[in-house]
Amino acid sequence: MGSAADISEIRQAIAEHKGCGTSGGRGKASCGSQAGRGDLPTAIWEKVKNHPCYSEEAHHHYARMHVAVAPACNIQCNYCNRKYDCANESRPGVVSEKLTPEQAAKKMLAVASTIPQMTVLGIAGPGDPLANPEKTFKTFELVAKAAPDIKLCLSTNGLVLPDHVDTIAGLNIGHVTITINMIDPQIGAKIYPWIFFSHKRYTGLEAAKILGDRQLQGLEMLTERGILCKINSVMIPGINDQHLVEVNKAVKLRGAFLHNIMPLISAPQHGTVFGLKGQRGPTAQELKALQDACEGKMNMMRHCRQCRADAVGLLGEDRSAEFTTEKIMAMNVKYDLKTRKAYQAKVEEERVAKVAAKQDQLADLAGEMSDINLLVAVATKGSGLINEHFGHAKEFQVYELSKSGAKFVGHRRADRYCQGGYGEEGSLTMIIHAINDCHAVFVAKIGGCPKSDLIKAGIEPVDQYAHEFIEKSAIAWFKSYLEKVQSGEIPHVERGGEGIRQGALVSAA
Amino acid sequence: MPFKIIASQCTSCSACELECPNVAISEKGGTFVIDPKKCTECIGYFDEPQCVAVCPVDNTCVLDNSLPRYQARA
Repeated sequence: MGSAADISEIRQAIAEHKGCGTSGGRGKASCGSQAGRGDLPTAIWEKVKNHPCYSEEAHHHYARMHVAVAPACNIQCNYCNRKYDCANESRPGVVSEKLTPEQAAKKMLAVASTIPQMTVLGIAGPGDPLANPEKTFKTFELVAKAAPDIKLCLSTNGLVLPDHVDTIAGLNIGHVTITINMIDPQIGAKIYPWIFFSHKRYTGLEAAKILGDRQLQGLEMLTERGILCKINSVMIPGINDQHLVEVNKAVKLRGAFLHNIMPLISAPQHGTVFGLKGQRGPTAQELKALQDACEGKMNMMRHCRQCRADAVGLLGEDRSAEFTTEKIMAMNVKYDLKTRKAYQAKVEEERVAKVAAKQDQLADLAGEMSDINLLVAVATKGSGLINEHFGHAKEFQVYELSKSGAKFVGHRRADRYCQGGYGEEGSLTMIIHAINDCHAVFVAKIGGCPKSDLIKAGIEPVDQYAHEFIEKSAIAWFKSYLEKVQSGEIPHVERGGEGIRQGALVSAA
Repeated sequence: MPFKIIASQCTSCSACELECPNVAISEKGGTFVIDPKKCTECIGYFDEPQCVAVCPVDNTCVLDNSLPRYQARA
């Protein structure tokens, strides 16, 4: 390490160079998020354009898979319990079966030939990939050999990251996520009971200090080598919620590309320390407020679904059950690069059409003076379209509408309201609760009963844009909303808060 | 000779297997076991038994009281 002043200058330069710039302002949710490419340099755009986690826009179109080859971990986190696993449980650290590197490579081929829009292979545990370096790197080698077009991605707690940066760069792993929950050991000691480092268990402040230092050092080393870094932070109310603004500054300074602040998942039945202690997670509004506070300083990821370490498919869906070891070993797979390319070219056409449609609609908003800004919920199953039935939606995507356009700001869980064709009243109440801060909900179709209940709750069900592009439709609806408000036809009323605790999807697709 | 793993508490994470300096730990029937003939309690290698230090579940890697303590050969 050089002198503090030197390092800080270098970091600033890196930050300006590697990040997506700081000037985006309100309209910029995440890199390339809203209008696709945004102000990204070509080299970075090439890296993120079909990575669903690094580009909000890409996550409507491209899929990822995680292979669970790394079970061992070298730290203990109070929000994690490795003992618990359930096939219907979707959250980080959970898997149904471990794979060998060879099985993982085979699984990748099976998934790639079934889901041609699968572009990213990630290793995210269920432990720490770098605590299992042999299996992790062997898997990446095999995958790169079998499918050179697949992007390689890694997620780590960062403790031993500095020791492996050269291997990561050498294997062409272009994306690395580091989970950083604190830069202050006092706070870290409340999150991490211990770490295992250099053959020794450290606890308390000492453990948190080593971990924090190693994380930031690893981040610097990666960004110096041009590797895109995403920072994951778990928002734990009362422990690190305020502090994450400081974390945001620290990682931005070191050239991190994207910051993903996720809500704590702490159901008591998961058996985590936080869960058993009754530590609550943040509400969707608290989460959004923190993300908004960090935005402008840096690109924020708001489309994270906190997936399993063996998740497969688009974010928000999980097809891992289709690809169990038993099934993939019986599959006869051939890697068909040509078909994949052709399919992805079609996806790109769709994307271009979507952006163009939105631009047209945006032009219509030009000159709009209203300061009204509101949220709407959207039922979608991908491709950036309003293409999901209200009753089938497992989640709703939330867009913020203002005179600057439509901006993706998050998603709300709605574990199936409709089971076998008829709605259950309890779950409808839950959905209304979950999207209670939204003015409207856009759906492909909706039954009469939920429709009238939504209207009663003050949420307008909108089905006139079925199977059309989300952003274009939302802007068109917003424009007519503003006109109605202006003409006095309807009053604009602020919506109340939502009440649901954020969390990952519980039901598998 | 003496550490053992309490199978009902083992998460099968394999962390101990990777740290054991004696290659005494292996997977058997879904959880991990320590070969008592190979375990040296890490004496001569590290200040603390590595399986105990890295195990995510407290009191899962424990001394096997049915066996005599390891004696380092002079």
